[in-house]
Amino acid sequence: MVRLITHNLLACHAKGCTSNNFPLRFSNVKLALREADFNPDFIRGFLPRIEWDALVQASREIGDTSLPPERPEMLDDDFLKQLHHVLLEIHVDEGSMTCPNCEHVYPISSGIPNMLLAEHEIR
Amino acid sequence: MIPTPDLSHLSKGDYEYVYEPAEDTFVLLDALEEEADSIRSLVPRICLEIGSGTGIVSSFLGHIIGVSNALFLCTDINPHAATCSARTGSQNKAPLEPLIASLVSPLASRLAHAVDILVFNPPYRAGIAGSWAGGADGMQVVAALLEQVDGLLSPRGRFYLVAVKQNNIPKLREFMLKPFCYRGRTKIVLQRRAGREYLFVLRFVRRVVNV
Repeated sequence: MVRLITHNLLACHAKGCTSNNFPLRFSNVKLALREADFNPDFIRGFLPRIEWDALVQASREIGDTSLPPERPEMLDDDFLKQLHHVLLEIHVDEGSMTCPNCEHVYPISSGIPNMLLAEHEIR
Repeated sequence: MIPTPDLSHLSKGDYEYVYEPAEDTFVLLDALEEEADSIRSLVPRICLEIGSGTGIVSSFLGHIIGVSNALFLCTDINPHAATCSARTGSQNKAPLEPLIASLVSPLASRLAHAVDILVFNPPYRAGIAGSWAGGADGMQVVAALLEQVDGLLSPRGRFYLVAVKQNNIPKLREFMLKPFCYRGRTKIVLQRRAGREYLFVLRFVRRVVNV
């Protein structure tokens, strides 16, 4: 499943590609919404691991504009629910992720990203 | 008791491409179950299994920790395995995040010192189509990962590794003791003879928390 929580943890790892290699850009996505159990403690606990700007950018790329550009200071329940939805309920089933630096394309098929590189691209 | 994950959705055809759970898998499940309370007490948020195969181990871990309490990432270099992991996760209501990847490459930079539970049952038996070639004794792939473990584990993180006797357990532990933070914090959680094999589950703790 490529959800935005996972996308936020993926960087391009092609040979020589070490800067501006995150976040990968989505294109040609097919989305599905699948409900997930809301666990506010998890969202609160995970938040420090999230790169906020990358999450906002990625969510806009796939058509969700609900997140504010700045991470709010106050983590109220409404905000945590919204974040839960964006991180865990939007699934990218098909599409691709492109490195902003070297333009390597990582395809997503049936919800699984293929992050493998060809032999000559491996660091 | 945590039930063994249901694999009834997988068939003989799947096991032509994906490692079928065997003694080494079950010794790992038993070790994780033994560790359940101490794993839960860490309140893990990020779990990562390398070489997840059928996905049985991550699904089990999901039920130890609580499926909505953490993110369960799994990598496998074998696309069939990634698909099986996803299916096993849904079959067992334990959402997994499978990625087709070699070890941890695409995650390494973002998961620097972020992984709370890292699990690896290396492919010591080579020969499954599309699986890792483990080298003569599977140690090449283990060595490649061990180099990265310290950079991945969170301050309270721990690493569970399945080993076989041929791996030379004292040498493995010695290797992990090199980074100062593991000094005195490696432990054999479980050992068991299985036919001609002698299996171990080792635990490496980055910092002692409620041990």
